[in-house]
Amino acid sequence: MTLTGFLSQLLQLAIALLLAPLLMGWVNQCRAWLSNRSAPSLLLPYRMIRKLFMKDAVVAEHASPIFRATPYIVFGAMCCAAAIVPSLATDLPFARAADTIALVGLFALARVFIALAAMDIGTAFGSLGARREMFVGFLAEPALLMVLFTASLISGSTSLPTIVETFAHREIAIYPSLAFAGVAFTMVSLAENARIPVDNPATHLELTMIHEAMILEYSARHLALIEWASALKLFNYSCIGLALFFPFGIAVGAADWLAILGAAPALIAKLAAGGFALALIETLSAKMRIFRAPEFLGTAFLLAVLAMLVNLLLGS
Amino acid sequence: MAALPLYAQLINLLAALLLLLAFAMLAQRRVRSLIDLFAAQGLALSVSTAIVAFGTHQQHLYWSAGLTLFLKVLLLPWLLHRLIAKLDVKWDVEGLINVPTTMLIGIVLVVFSFNLALPIAQLASTVTRATLGIAMASVMLSFLMMITRRKAIPQVVGFLSMENGLFFAATSATYGMPLVVELGIALDVLVGMLILGVFFFQIREQFDSLDLKHMEKLKEGE
Amino acid sequence: MSHISLELVIAAIVAWLAIGTLGLVRPRNLAFVSHGLFPLGAAVGLALAAVGLSAIGPVSQSTVLPLGLPDLPFHLRLDSLSAFFLLVLGAAGAAISLFAAGYFRSGEGAAPGLLCFEYHVFLAAMALVLIADDAYVFMVSWESMALSSFFLVTTDHRIPEIRRAGFLYLLIAHIGAIAILLCFGVLQGGSGDYTFGSMRSMILTGAWPSVAFFLALAGFGAKAGLLPMHIWLPEAHPAAPSPVSALMSGVMLKTAIYGLLRVTFDLLGGQLWWWGVFALVLGLATALFGVIFACVQTDMKRLLAYSSIENIGIIVAGIGLTILFKSYGKTLLAAITLTAVLYHVLNHAFFKSLLFLATGSVLHATKERSLGKLGGLIHRMPWVAWLALVGTLAIAGLPPLNGFVSEWLLLQSFLFTPSLPQSFVNMLVPLAAGALVLAVALSAYVMVKFYGVIFLGRPREPNLAYAQDAGWLERIALIWLAAGCVVLGIFPVNVIALLDPVNAMLIGSTAIHADSGRWLVLAPINADRASYSPLIVLVVIVAVVLLTTQIVHRYYHGRVRKAPPWDCGFPLQTPRMQDTAEGFGQPIRQVFDAVFRIERHLPSPFDTAPKYAVKVEDHFWYWLYLPLARGADVLARVVGKIQQGRISVYLTYSFFTLLALLFFVR
Repeated sequence: MTLTGFLSQLLQLAIALLLAPLLMGWVNQCRAWLSNRSAPSLLLPYRMIRKLFMKDAVVAEHASPIFRATPYIVFGAMCCAAAIVPSLATDLPFARAADTIALVGLFALARVFIALAAMDIGTAFGSLGARREMFVGFLAEPALLMVLFTASLISGSTSLPTIVETFAHREIAIYPSLAFAGVAFTMVSLAENARIPVDNPATHLELTMIHEAMILEYSARHLALIEWASALKLFNYSCIGLALFFPFGIAVGAADWLAILGAAPALIAKLAAGGFALALIETLSAKMRIFRAPEFLGTAFLLAVLAMLVNLLLGS
Repeated sequence: MAALPLYAQLINLLAALLLLLAFAMLAQRRVRSLIDLFAAQGLALSVSTAIVAFGTHQQHLYWSAGLTLFLKVLLLPWLLHRLIAKLDVKWDVEGLINVPTTMLIGIVLVVFSFNLALPIAQLASTVTRATLGIAMASVMLSFLMMITRRKAIPQVVGFLSMENGLFFAATSATYGMPLVVELGIALDVLVGMLILGVFFFQIREQFDSLDLKHMEKLKEGE
Repeated sequence: MSHISLELVIAAIVAWLAIGTLGLVRPRNLAFVSHGLFPLGAAVGLALAAVGLSAIGPVSQSTVLPLGLPDLPFHLRLDSLSAFFLLVLGAAGAAISLFAAGYFRSGEGAAPGLLCFEYHVFLAAMALVLIADDAYVFMVSWESMALSSFFLVTTDHRIPEIRRAGFLYLLIAHIGAIAILLCFGVLQGGSGDYTFGSMRSMILTGAWPSVAFFLALAGFGAKAGLLPMHIWLPEAHPAAPSPVSALMSGVMLKTAIYGLLRVTFDLLGGQLWWWGVFALVLGLATALFGVIFACVQTDMKRLLAYSSIENIGIIVAGIGLTILFKSYGKTLLAAITLTAVLYHVLNHAFFKSLLFLATGSVLHATKERSLGKLGGLIHRMPWVAWLALVGTLAIAGLPPLNGFVSEWLLLQSFLFTPSLPQSFVNMLVPLAAGALVLAVALSAYVMVKFYGVIFLGRPREPNLAYAQDAGWLERIALIWLAAGCVVLGIFPVNVIALLDPVNAMLIGSTAIHADSGRWLVLAPINADRASYSPLIVLVVIVAVVLLTTQIVHRYYHGRVRKAPPWDCGFPLQTPRMQDTAEGFGQPIRQVFDAVFRIERHLPSPFDTAPKYAVKVEDHFWYWLYLPLARGADVLARVVGKIQQGRISVYLTYSFFTLLALLFFVR
C-alpha cells in the first residue's frame, strides 16, 4: 500500500461524495429538458441536503434505535462501496476488501436495514414499501449475478480492479456478450436505484411508491443522509457499469498522479453521458405495475444468461 | 485471444442478435409485434449475408442478400399484415404454457443446441463456424414457438423463422448455398405462404375463429 | 492432549448419560434439574467442543470397546471429519443446554427430570454417531438419536397435533434408517465385515457404488429434510419445545450431513460426475422449495423450519458441486467448495440455534406462536431482540457476518465450473448459481419478514405489553451464539485454516496454502481473482458511521423531537394496519402460485361477519404421501384377511405349516 495509493483512495471517496448529488441534479435537469420544462438548478440537491441538515429531526414516538441508526449505517455502507469501486484508478488499497459479489452484499445490507427501519414505525406504508423493495431486490439479484458471471468469465476474476485492467488492455472489438450483459446491467440498475420503469422517484402517490414509501417517516439529518446515500448508490452503480463495460480512461496499474488527474475528466464525461441516457430512458418509458417487475427483471436475467452462453460459445 | 477480422465480429454480433430476436418472438404476446420482429430477423439475416459476401468476395451471396431482403423483410411481412387486417385479428397471442416456463425451456434448448453444435463446428472450415450453434438454437426456439402457440398465425411465423435459422446456418458454416437452391427454397416458402393464407380463410369460415383447438373436433370418433 | 482425545470424547458421552440418569433420580425437582444438571451438561458440551477443535488434524485415533454383542464390539474412531462435527455439536449444544437451563419450567407436559434424561441421551447419541467406526455402532446410536428426539418432540403429548407430528417424524426417520442400513449392506460388499475400515478398502464394481451413493442420499436425506422427504420437518420442529427445536435444526440435521460426507468421500473410493449433478439439482430444488414456503408461513417456528430445509438444500448443493469437481480431479476447487459447505454447516448451527432460542423466549414471554399476534417486542424484550437481529442479519447472508462468508465461497466455487471439461455441465451449472442466488435473496426477504413482524412495529395484541425479557441464563446462551456469528464472520481465514485438515482428509488437498500467512483478506485462489476482507469492511463502515455522527452533531445539531408517526397525514392509525406476516409474503405467493396448494376463503361483500381464511399446503403431501398411505392401507387390508378371528382357522394355519415343514425336511 503506497502513499499515492492511499491518497488516491481518499480522493476517489471524496469525489464520489461530492459528485453523487451533482449526478442526481444532472439527471433531473436532463429529464426536465427532455420534457420541455425549465430545469431546476444543477446544485439543487446540495441545497436540499444542507437545508435538511439544519432542520430538527422529528422521530415517531415508538421508534426503536434501529430507526435512528439506519441512515448512518446505510450511508456507511454506500461510502464503503464508493471506496471500493474503481472510478478513477485501480490501485486502491481498499479495493481488495470486496469483490463484485461482496459489493452486491453491501448493497443488500443497506436494503435490509432500510426495510427494517420502514417496518419499525408500524404504519401501513412502511411495511408496504419494505415488502415491495425486498421483492424487487430478490428478483434483481440473480440477474445482477449473471451479469457479473459473464464479466468474470471473460476477465477470469471477480475483483473489479482486475476486470478493469483486463478490459482496458483488450483491443477495441465488438463483443456481443458484453453488449447483452450491458443491457441486462442497465435494466437491473434501473430496478435497484428505483428509477422508472420500476419505480418513480418523483411520485407523490403513496400506493405507487417502492423506495419512497420506506423513507416517509424520516426527516432532517436522517433524510439528508438517506438522500445522499441514494445518490451515492446511483453513482456507485454507474461506476460499476462503467468499470465493467467502458473502462477507458481509468488509470490502470500503479497510481500515477498524472494518470489519475487525466481520469477525472473522462469520468465526468462518461457520467454525463450516462446520466443523459438514464434521463432518456426515464422519459421514454412509463412506470409499470409492481407485478410486471418479475417480467422486466426476468428479461434482464434472460439477457444475462444469453450473454454468458454466447460468450462460452463464441469466445467473445 | 486473437481478434477476428472485422467482418467476423459483425457476423458474431448479428448472430447474437438473431438469437435474441428468436427469444423475443417466443415471449411476444401481440401478433403485430411478432410480425415486426420477424421482419427485423430477416433484416439481420440479409445484412449478415451481405457481410459474408463482402468478406469472402462471393458475388452470388449479394443476390441472396437482396432476395432475403425483398422476401423476408418486405413481401412476407406485408402479406401477413394484410392477412391480419382482413381476418380482423385483434387478440393477443396466448400460449399453452406460460411465458416464464417457456423461457426456461428455451434456455435449456439453447444449451442443448450449443453443445450439439460444438463438435460439428470443428468440421467446418469457415471463420464464422462458431455461429452454427446459434443458428441451430434459433431453429429450435422457432420450433418451440410453433408447439406452444394456440393460434394459427404465430405458428406460421414460427415456421418461417425456422427457415431463417436454417439459412443462417448455411451462410455461416458453408458461406452460402448454390443460388439455384436458394431460389428454389424461396419459391417454396412463397407458395407455402399463399396456400396457408387460403387455408386461414377456410378455417375462419368453418369455425369462426382461428383458434386451433377447434381443429381438434376433426379427430376420429366425434 | 491429542493422543487421549478419543478417550476424552468417550468420557464426555458417559458424562452426558450420567447427567441424564441423575435427572431421573429426582424427576420433579425443577431447581436441581434446571440449575444444576443442565449447566453441567453445557459445561460438558464446551469441553467436547474444545476436544473436537484440538483433534482436527492429520492424526486419527481409533479404539475398540468391548460393549455390544459378543462378536460385534464397538469400533470407535476420531478423525478430522468427526472432530469438526463434534466441534459443531459441542459449541451449539453447550449454548442450547444453557438456554434450556433457564427455559424449562414445570407444568409443561413432562417432568423436568425426564426431559433432562431424554435430552442428554439425545446429545450422547449424536456424539456417538459422530465417532462410530462400524455400521453396528452407527445404527445403534442413530436409532437412539431418533427415539430420544421423538420423546422430546412429543413432550406436550396431550395435544393431538404434536402426537401426529411425532409419529410422522418417527416414521420418516425409520424409512431413512432402512435406506442407510441397506447402504451399509452394499458397502460391505459381501465380506461380512461391517467395520468402516474394511468398507474403505473394499472396491465395489459395476453399478454398486452408485447404488450405495443413492441409498445414502435417500437415507441421510430423509433425516436432513431433502425433497421429497422433508415433510416431517415443518411439523416436528414447531411441535418440540424451543431448545429441542434448536438442537434438532442446528445439530441433528448436521449429523445427517456428516453421514453423507462420510459415505461419499470416505467409504466410497471414487465419485462419479453425475452423482454430483444429481445432488446439485436436488439440493437447489430443496433450497428453493424451502425458502418459497417460508415466505408464506404465519407461524414463526414453521418459518424457521422451512428455512432450515433451505439451508440443508444449499449444503447438499455444495456437496454435489464438490463431487463434480472431485470426479474430474480438480482437487483444489473441490477443497474450496467443501470448505464452503463445512463453513455453512458451522454457520447454520450458530445462527439457526440463535433464532430458534429467540423464538423460545418470545413464546415464553407472550404464549403466542402466530406471527399475526406479535409485534413491537423490541421495546419489551431488548436483549432477545438485539441478539436476534444479529442472527437475522447472519442468516440473510449479509456482510460482514458469517452467513455471507459461506455464501461467497460457494458462489466463487460456481465461478470455477467453466474450467470443467464437459461442456454440457459447464454451461448449465452457472444457471444453478442463479438459482442459488435466488434462494439466498429470498431468504433475506423471509428474515426481514420474520424480524420485522415479531420485533418491530407496534404490538398487534394488547397483552404483549406484559411480555418479560429473557432470564440471565438464556441471555448468556444467546450472547454466546451471537458472538460466534460475529467471530465466524470477521475471521474467515483463521476458521478455514482450522478446518483445512478435513479437506485434506476427504479430498486430498487443502484450500489455503500453508505458507500464506495473510489473515486479513480471504482470497481462495489468489487476490487478483477474488478477495473479501470482512474486517476492513466492518472497520470502514463503523469509521464512517462514527465520523458522520460526530461531524453532523458538531456542525449542525443533534436535536430530536418525538411526535406521532407521520403516515402521510392519515389519522386514526391502529396497530392492525401494519402488514401481517401473510400480507408481507403476498408478492411471493402471487409469483410462485403454482408451487403451493392454496385454499382461500374470501368473504363476499354481503357478509355481515366477514372472515378471511387461507390454508397453504404442500403438494407433496397430496401427490406422494397420501397415495402411499392409501396404498399401504389397501395392502394391509388385503393381508389382514388372514386374521379371521376363529380358532379353527388359526389351528389350520399351524397344521399346514407343520405339514409343509415335514414335507421339506424329509
